[in-house]
Parts: sequence; C-alpha cells; structure tokens
Amino acid sequence: MDQEEERILRTIQTREITENIREMCIEANHFLSQDMCRVFYQAAEKEESPLGKQILEQLKENLQIAGEDRIPICQDTGMAVIFLKIGQEVHFEGDSLADVVNQGVREGYTDGYLRKSVVKDPIERENTKDNTPAVIHYEIVDGDQVEITVAPKGFGSENMSRVFMLKPADGIEGVKNAILTAVKDAGPNACPPMVVGVGIGGTFEKCALMAKHALTRNLEEESPVPYVRDLEKEMLDKINRLGIGPGGLGGTVTALAVNIETYPTHIAGLPMAVNICCHVNRHVRRVI
Amino acid sequence: MNKKIHAPISHEEAADLRAGDYVYITGTIYTARDAAHKRMQETLDRGEPLPLDLKNNVIYYMGPSPARKGRPIGSAGPTTASRMDKYTPRLLDLGLGAMIGKGKRSQAVKDAIVRSGSVYFAAVGGAGALLSKRILSSEVIAYDDLGTEAIRRLEVEDFPAVVVIDSLGNDLYETAVLQYRKQEA
Repeated sequence: MDQEEERILRTIQTREITENIREMCIEANHFLSQDMCRVFYQAAEKEESPLGKQILEQLKENLQIAGEDRIPICQDTGMAVIFLKIGQEVHFEGDSLADVVNQGVREGYTDGYLRKSVVKDPIERENTKDNTPAVIHYEIVDGDQVEITVAPKGFGSENMSRVFMLKPADGIEGVKNAILTAVKDAGPNACPPMVVGVGIGGTFEKCALMAKHALTRNLEEESPVPYVRDLEKEMLDKINRLGIGPGGLGGTVTALAVNIETYPTHIAGLPMAVNICCHVNRHVRRVI
Repeated sequence: MNKKIHAPISHEEAADLRAGDYVYITGTIYTARDAAHKRMQETLDRGEPLPLDLKNNVIYYMGPSPARKGRPIGSAGPTTASRMDKYTPRLLDLGLGAMIGKGKRSQAVKDAIVRSGSVYFAAVGGAGALLSKRILSSEVIAYDDLGTEAIRRLEVEDFPAVVVIDSLGNDLYETAVLQYRKQEA
C-alpha cells in the first residue's frame, strides 16, 4: 500500500457494527422516531370519527406504555431490514459484514425480548429462533463513513404491498390509481393510519427497493422534485378521503404520509411499487 | 355502545352484540394463529380431539413477544385474521364462540358466523403494549414447539375490542368506511 492510499482509507472494525445494530433493533421496537411521533400526533388532531379518535388515543397510550414499561410497541417486531450505505473510502477489518450484521440482530432480538418471527425456509417454515437472517441492502457511496438504517418491518402491512408493471401510456393517472388501489385493498389489514412508501421507475426490483427505502425517509421532509412533492401531497389527501380511518373502522386519518422515490426507467415501461407500513413505521439511523 | 362482556361467550350473549359496539372482555381466551390453525386442521382431519374445547370459547389471533421478568406476557396485539379464514368455518361449526383479530374476513367466514351465531371482534392492531397490560396470566396449553405460535390460555381483564362482524352478518369495515368516504376532490 502506498502512502496516498493509506491516508484516504478509513478502517472500521466490523464488531462495531454488531453493537450498533443490537442497540438499534431494541430502540426501534420501543420508541418511534421523533418525526414519526410528531406526524402521528398532528394527524390525530384531525380525526373526525369518535371511534377513530378513541383508537388514536389507545395508540398514544400504547406508545407511552411501550417506552415506560419496555414492552415492544407491537408484538410483530418485524423482519429486520437493514440499509448499509458504505463510503468507498472505508476499509472493514474483522468478521464478514453480513455475519456481524446478523449477530447484531440476534443479540438485539434476544436481549431486547423481541419476537422471533423469521422462518428458515419459506415452504418448510422452521423458526430460526433468533430473528436472523436480516434482509440487508448494501450501497456503495462517496466518503469514509457508514450509514446504518435499521427498519424492522411488520408483515400485516407488508402482505398488503404491491408491485405494478404499468405502461408508459398509463402515466401519472395510472400511478395515482395504483396507489389508491393498494391502499383500498389494504384497508384494515395494514393497521392504519399507515405510511405509504412508493417507488416509481427503474426496473421490477428497483421500484420495490425504492418503495421500501421511501418508508425510512424523515416524514417531515418533502421530495426535492417539485412534481413528486405535489404528488405526495395530493395522494395523502386522496387517501384520507377514502374513509378507512384508524384501525380501518372508519375515519378521516387513514395515512400519515406518502413518501415517493423515483428513478430513470426504460422507454417501454413504468414500473412502480407501493410498500405499505402500519402506524408503527420503525426506522433508526446512525452514522459511524 | 360500550359493553362489558365475559369470555367464554355463549351464542345468546353473542346475539346481543352489534357491529360497532365497543366491548371490554373479561375472562378466559385462547391464542392461536397460522401454524396452530394448520395443526388443529390436521388434528381434525385425523379424527383426533383438539387440545381445547371450542364450545363458546374465544380464539385470539395473536403471537406475543417474549415476557420480561415479572410480566405474564410481552407485547400482545392482534394479527391479520384473514390468514385464518381457510380454517375458520370448520371451527365455528364446531361451536367456537368468538374470534378476536384485525382485518377483513372472507364471505365464507361471514356466512359461518351467521350460521353459528358467533361474533368477530377487532382489537387495535399495533397496540400490543397496551393490550399486554390487560392480560393477567398466560399459559401454553398446546404446541409449545411452535414458540410464539403455540396455543396459550390467557386470563384477560377489560380487554378492549370492537364488534366488527355480528351474528346478523353486519360488517363494520364495510359500513363505517362508507360513512367517512368523501367525494373525490
């Protein structure tokens, strides 16, 4: 290694990742992020249905009990979805990255009294008993830092998520209809008020990944793209006119936010995905 | 209307409940979700007795998180009921009194609810910490190897739920949504 290379590479011991992920799994399942809390509390003020209000009050009390008594917000503590944005000037030393991530999940779910909801094989369905493996998405970015996002995902809402392979002629109206279709079909099953993550463009798998990633975006931030920002606002309004309401029992607060990501796509296609999350939209982010 | 009810629940008591009633349940209920239902179905197929008597009993679709020391149970909210739809009519015809879950049910389940005079309650999805506090005790009575999916006997006190499908076949998910639906802007 020459002098110059030695200066620019930053060495990170992979065991550091384990301890961070352990803590982040426990934190995510007991405390909603500040942005989620604020958006939830603001939306709750707008509910018109008496039963809807009663349910939102229960959910507020639930958050309080979860934090104070250290009981997970929801018994479905999710499959651990982890986004790793790795600076290209980072050099890892120690056990392999996937192993240290899974060790963090294992320790977090065991020490934190979180539910083990992962089965080893989708058909044979034997529980792995430590909630591993995680679903890990790696991205190589500029810089010498590692950004870790831990987003435990519950499956009540995951099961109601959809990919739509629209055609270019379907245009933005097709996108709007697809979002409303997914939300209507999800109804009470997705534990509303929900957060709606949307990915538009790319390919079959790219739009699904964007939809998932969109759920981890700060809910108080808007898309930097003007038409996307407008679309997010319009869809939030339209979804809240559907009448689904808290718990799906009727009301005016059906969604807390619509977060949309876009990406260039092929001349022949308009792929899009809608990843629905319940009101327990968990995401914890750290930079090391 | 707010009502206090007891579990197990007879078909006569279930007949008094209407979609939209807010109830507080006190008594004994049983948990079972996907894997336990599959196993109960296989048990019935073999002509063997189930590990619990269904008559008037209440099944709660729930798999808890582990209990901390000194607590009977961890987080304990409802799971999506429709995944149990395939198995449910048979259990209702065998006398099951009521179910607690969340989310829509199939027409076959609604028909069986009317036929058997039972009731489907929704508990609030994602309120697992709050609901945990209404559970006084928990004991695994069958299928321990299924972990969180084992069948548990729970003693509950003032467990909050909403009648979604009543014994007349009214479905709150369908009616309440229409009440708050607004014309397209």
